[in-house]
Amino acid sequence: MLKIDNLQAEIDGKLILTGINMEVKAGEIHAVMGPNGSGKSTMSNVLVGHPAYQVVSGSITFRGKNLLEMSAEERSHEGLFLSFQYPVEIPGVSMINFMRTAINEKRRYQGLPPISPADFLKLIKEKRDLVKLDAGLMNRSVNEGFSGGEKKRNEIFQMAMLEPALSILDETDSGLDIDALRIVADGVNRLKTSDTAIIVITHYQRLLEYIKPDFVHVLYGGRIIKSAGPELALELEKRGYDWVIKEYEDSL
Amino acid sequence: MPVQNYIKLFRENRRLLESGSSAVLNGRRDVALENLEKYGLPSNSMEEYLHSNVSEWFEPDWGINLGRIDIPTSSAAAFRCNVPNLNARSYFMLNDIFEAERSPDRTTLQEGIIAGSLREISLERPDIIERYYDTISDTNKAGAAAINTLFAQDGFVLYISDNVTVEKPIQLVSLLSSPVDLMVNRRVLIIVGTNVRVKLLLCDHAISPAAFLTTQVVELFAGQGSNIELYDLEETHAAGFRFNELYLKQDSYTDVTVNLITLHNGKTRNSVYATLEGGGASLSLNGVAITDKSQHVDNFTFVDHRVPNCTSSELFNYVLDQQSVGVFAGKVLVRPGAQHTVSQQKNRNICLTRQSRVFTQPQLEIYADDVKCSHGATVGRLDENALFYMRQRGIPEQEARMLLLIAFVNEVIDLVELEPFRNRLKRLVEKRFRGELSQCEGCRVCR
Repeated sequence: MLKIDNLQAEIDGKLILTGINMEVKAGEIHAVMGPNGSGKSTMSNVLVGHPAYQVVSGSITFRGKNLLEMSAEERSHEGLFLSFQYPVEIPGVSMINFMRTAINEKRRYQGLPPISPADFLKLIKEKRDLVKLDAGLMNRSVNEGFSGGEKKRNEIFQMAMLEPALSILDETDSGLDIDALRIVADGVNRLKTSDTAIIVITHYQRLLEYIKPDFVHVLYGGRIIKSAGPELALELEKRGYDWVIKEYEDSL
Repeated sequence: MPVQNYIKLFRENRRLLESGSSAVLNGRRDVALENLEKYGLPSNSMEEYLHSNVSEWFEPDWGINLGRIDIPTSSAAAFRCNVPNLNARSYFMLNDIFEAERSPDRTTLQEGIIAGSLREISLERPDIIERYYDTISDTNKAGAAAINTLFAQDGFVLYISDNVTVEKPIQLVSLLSSPVDLMVNRRVLIIVGTNVRVKLLLCDHAISPAAFLTTQVVELFAGQGSNIELYDLEETHAAGFRFNELYLKQDSYTDVTVNLITLHNGKTRNSVYATLEGGGASLSLNGVAITDKSQHVDNFTFVDHRVPNCTSSELFNYVLDQQSVGVFAGKVLVRPGAQHTVSQQKNRNICLTRQSRVFTQPQLEIYADDVKCSHGATVGRLDENALFYMRQRGIPEQEARMLLLIAFVNEVIDLVELEPFRNRLKRLVEKRFRGELSQCEGCRVCR
């Protein structure tokens, strides 16, 4: 589904990603872990086409298409979703209006007519229940005045609405208490099918107890220095990153 | 033309002009003339008009319909200011002449209300009009009031007796229509009694391509405990110059909302002079301007806190595209002894291009020590983080920008309490941003 080949990217002239290689197949869950400043958020931003980041070299193929040629909105329409680490507040734009626009733009891209009001409301209700998001929030401005937990649940709600092929969860666990974490993880798991894939970016093992990865990658200095099965996350939790880094540096 | 020419025009045609007006209005012309001679026309060499070249507006050799000639108005007759479900009593003015035939019959009015032609009513009830007309407007400075008072022959008056709750919104639709360029001097007098509730709409539309210079002076008296909403919507065109002054006097425990909305214009100056004279008075004074091309919107506000325990809040949001210009100057004066004044003022601007410009100037003068006053002005661009967030969700950049702009403007529109009008405005704003409203309804002029 996703193939990243020797990806290098910079922001403000500073090279952050120094050569990422990664392949994600349908049905898989990948965890990307790593110390602060290793390039985790840059990687997710580059994948979804944030205009502040420039790709220096390398390629990204997503479902057979060249991702780097697409605008951020096209990537979304093609099935790429990012759950933001810090969801943005948009005063004056209601959740309802925002979601309706997003859904209809995607449908337009797919050559479908706008969703009917009745179907839309039904869809909202169904997906809201998935992450136990309060109905009252729908008439509020996007993320404005939402609690930390509500913001993260709102991200997963939007993911459910848009039904992406590949979802990137960027530090979705940060700022969540254990109950909210469970709700969010439960929502993600219920959305997971054999046709979709997930990249979980996280600092901690905690989220991975709920969203179980098939692969764990360690990102360091802008590249993936170790990839292994889920047991790697446990080991990182126990021993930290130093030993992986040392192992990598010794191998050079 | 220079001020001497206006004065000459007045002197030479005084008899004709006055014969088309009333004794009350005529009675104020001498003082206005004196003041016009003394202060001249406003110009951008004056602090108050620093960023608006108003003297240029007066320069053309404007015609004035002193003889009250019927201007052929086939398009005006068909015009309807279209606000669904507004269910308002709509009065019409064509240029500066009140249109009795198109306005509601006076006999159908709620008891305790007088509404209609200023000329006519000041002939019938000079006792009332005499007491109020040109008493809070200020001709003692360079502005619109002196020249307006000198030339105004007619206008609209609304008088509401004490304790009346006005059931339907009252709307004054002012149409500009003329085969030749025209100067229009319109006068509005609103006298609101004790404990009255009323909603008012002033809608300005230009429906012929001629150039217009409109001077409008509105005097609004808010009687004790009254609750007033006043909405002023301008949808004119690029060849329109509008010089609008609103004088507002608030008695104790009045609750007044004023909203100035400029959706389409040429060059506009709105000046609001609000005096809070009675304790517990509250004023919400807001405005929106959406401009492009060479449009120019200048909102000037002066809120005078004279007594303790009054509140004023101001919010003016501008969106400026292409090479348009926005000006905001807001002065708040808290006089000695006006303790417990609460006053806040915000002016927020979004410049969509490098060529668009904003001049913003908050001014606070505070002579009391126990007050809460704040002001803030911002000039910026759209929030890039919000834009990207929306694009990630599949909303194309263009559409995302639109949603953010609409939201920005709606911050002010949401302060409009009159729901059908608020909804109508929201639709107009959206159409405006989508470029569908390159003209007002019924208007074939713009673009």
